[in-house]
Amino acid sequence: MTAIVLNQVDPKKRRFLIAASSVVGAGAAAAVAVPFVASMLPSARAVAAGAPVPVDLNKIEPGQLLTVEFRGAPHWVIKRTPEMVAQLDKHDALLADAKSDASKQPEYAKNPSRSLKPEILVLRGVCTHLGCSPTFRKEIGAADLGADWPGGFFCPCHQSKFDMSGRVFAGMPAPTNLSIPPYKFLSDTSLLIGDDSKGA
Amino acid sequence: MSNAPKPAIAPPIPGLVGDAIVWIDARFPLVKLYKEQVAEYYAPKNFNFWYYFGSLAMLVLVMQIVTGILLTMNYKPDAKFAFASVEYIMRDVPWGWLIRYMHSTGASLFFLVVYLHMMRGLMYGSYRKPRELLWIFGCMIYLALMAEAFFGYLLPWGQMSYWGAQVIINLFGAIPIVGEDLAVWIRGDFSISDATLNRFFAFHVIALPLVLLGLVAAHLVALHEVGSNNPDGIEINKTPDPKTGTPMDGIPFHPYYTVKDIFGVVVFLGVFSAIVFFAPEMGGYFLEAPNFIQADPLKTPEHIAPVWYFTPFYAMLRAVPSMFGSQFPGVAVMGAATMILFLLPWLDRGKVKSIRYRGPIYKRFLTAFVISFLVLGYLGVVPTTVWGQLSKGLPLIGGADVATIVARVLTVVYFAFFILMPWYTKVDKEKPEPERVTF
Repeated sequence: MTAIVLNQVDPKKRRFLIAASSVVGAGAAAAVAVPFVASMLPSARAVAAGAPVPVDLNKIEPGQLLTVEFRGAPHWVIKRTPEMVAQLDKHDALLADAKSDASKQPEYAKNPSRSLKPEILVLRGVCTHLGCSPTFRKEIGAADLGADWPGGFFCPCHQSKFDMSGRVFAGMPAPTNLSIPPYKFLSDTSLLIGDDSKGA
Repeated sequence: MSNAPKPAIAPPIPGLVGDAIVWIDARFPLVKLYKEQVAEYYAPKNFNFWYYFGSLAMLVLVMQIVTGILLTMNYKPDAKFAFASVEYIMRDVPWGWLIRYMHSTGASLFFLVVYLHMMRGLMYGSYRKPRELLWIFGCMIYLALMAEAFFGYLLPWGQMSYWGAQVIINLFGAIPIVGEDLAVWIRGDFSISDATLNRFFAFHVIALPLVLLGLVAAHLVALHEVGSNNPDGIEINKTPDPKTGTPMDGIPFHPYYTVKDIFGVVVFLGVFSAIVFFAPEMGGYFLEAPNFIQADPLKTPEHIAPVWYFTPFYAMLRAVPSMFGSQFPGVAVMGAATMILFLLPWLDRGKVKSIRYRGPIYKRFLTAFVISFLVLGYLGVVPTTVWGQLSKGLPLIGGADVATIVARVLTVVYFAFFILMPWYTKVDKEKPEPERVTF
């Protein structure tokens, strides 16, 4: 080997080689990062664990709420009394999104009662603010929620208030109404959460 | 690093120990490091009470690592077994209760010590030139510490662990466009589950401790490069001793400050032990009551609040209403409240560093800042209804929770301290700094 003499160095060539090898090295690092980052995504098992959940409506008394687990989150089925349904349109002015334009629900639940049948309400029981599960506060005029409380849901984490169809009141931390999952009635007394496909 | 031949050094101590030191020193800069970093590191002689907290933070870090290693020997990062394994540690593992309480108390006291350490930096201008990078490393340590505490809090798999993590991960979910996917990526599932617990364990016991140790090393290297600030905020290097060249107002870290710090350690360990033995839950502030119930994904506890060291930021999050159909503004405000600390060295235009020579405007702003931080911290642990509602007759804010309005005002005060700083530090009537340090 001959010793490298300083004036034999070609700085342009050297800069090109450094840049080229840096680019290749960065490309390799990025390529390795892909499997590393992707390994933190939900596994095949976690993805597969989201099967639809059937609910037997006979188990629910009028005015009662049933919580079922679907995809790891609480989902509610509420059998609303006629009084509950009747007061739904009394406070539209106080709501942030009375018509549910900005909220997440299937098209068939984008109506004043937010449901297929007004007496049966299905909601994803997760606050649209930061994911707590609100509490069911059906008592009208509850002491801690104010005399004009029409009954609904109250999030204990950040005090968002929702009415009896999960619509958020204006000025709350939660930006949108509680979302509604896809669901369909299997018969008059049972429904399926997580699947609204037609046919068998 | 030069690999020129080293001059032979005289054995510092006669006998076998001295020979061993000479042998090592020919292969590793042992004596050089000891002298530079300890025996001949000159620190200002006028350190006061506020200068205990840096060394105490190091002590707590070591305690957390040691107790943490012992805890991992019996803890199981599995959603089925995690909660029971913590109870097993508390009841059946010899001294397990002590180690667990040391670790949980250590977490809270770590933040207490770090907050006091940061307060010292604020008061004496320790973030000012040439210590900007030292301050930035410190801010990064604070962020890493918050992440470490957050990951650790999920591990007992109690109700508060679960719902606290739910809220914090959803903070990322609130980021426009990428938020939802980001939250799923962080959880490794569509809701908080075993996958989440397992990875949080990995972050808590491997990833973040490594980051923390690296940052602490960088923090110390930067400190020893520029030298310590002091309560007068003047540079002791400007007045060297004409004979020795060392600062006239500096004293070697060892033995002077090692002895001082040992006194601080003794007092600190007294307080620490009192908490561990007599009030490890600290009335629900260090360990929250709902966390003694196993995580239930279907039921949120009646009142959820983070551990006290996060509550000032949590109160800000809660105070900001949702805008434009998104809860992101509150999340952004909370993030900005921590990130703005990084800018501090460049926001301060004052000529003097220390509060001792600052003018009245700065002192008022700092007082307002501290009060707002403390009151926000209080508001973060209580429900927003704690102070009742405003009367409905008031324009605009009628009917709103008093606590929410107060939290909004204090959030503005918190940010005003930083945003107005370039102005008020410039116009303030400062006093002249002394030539030499005072006590």
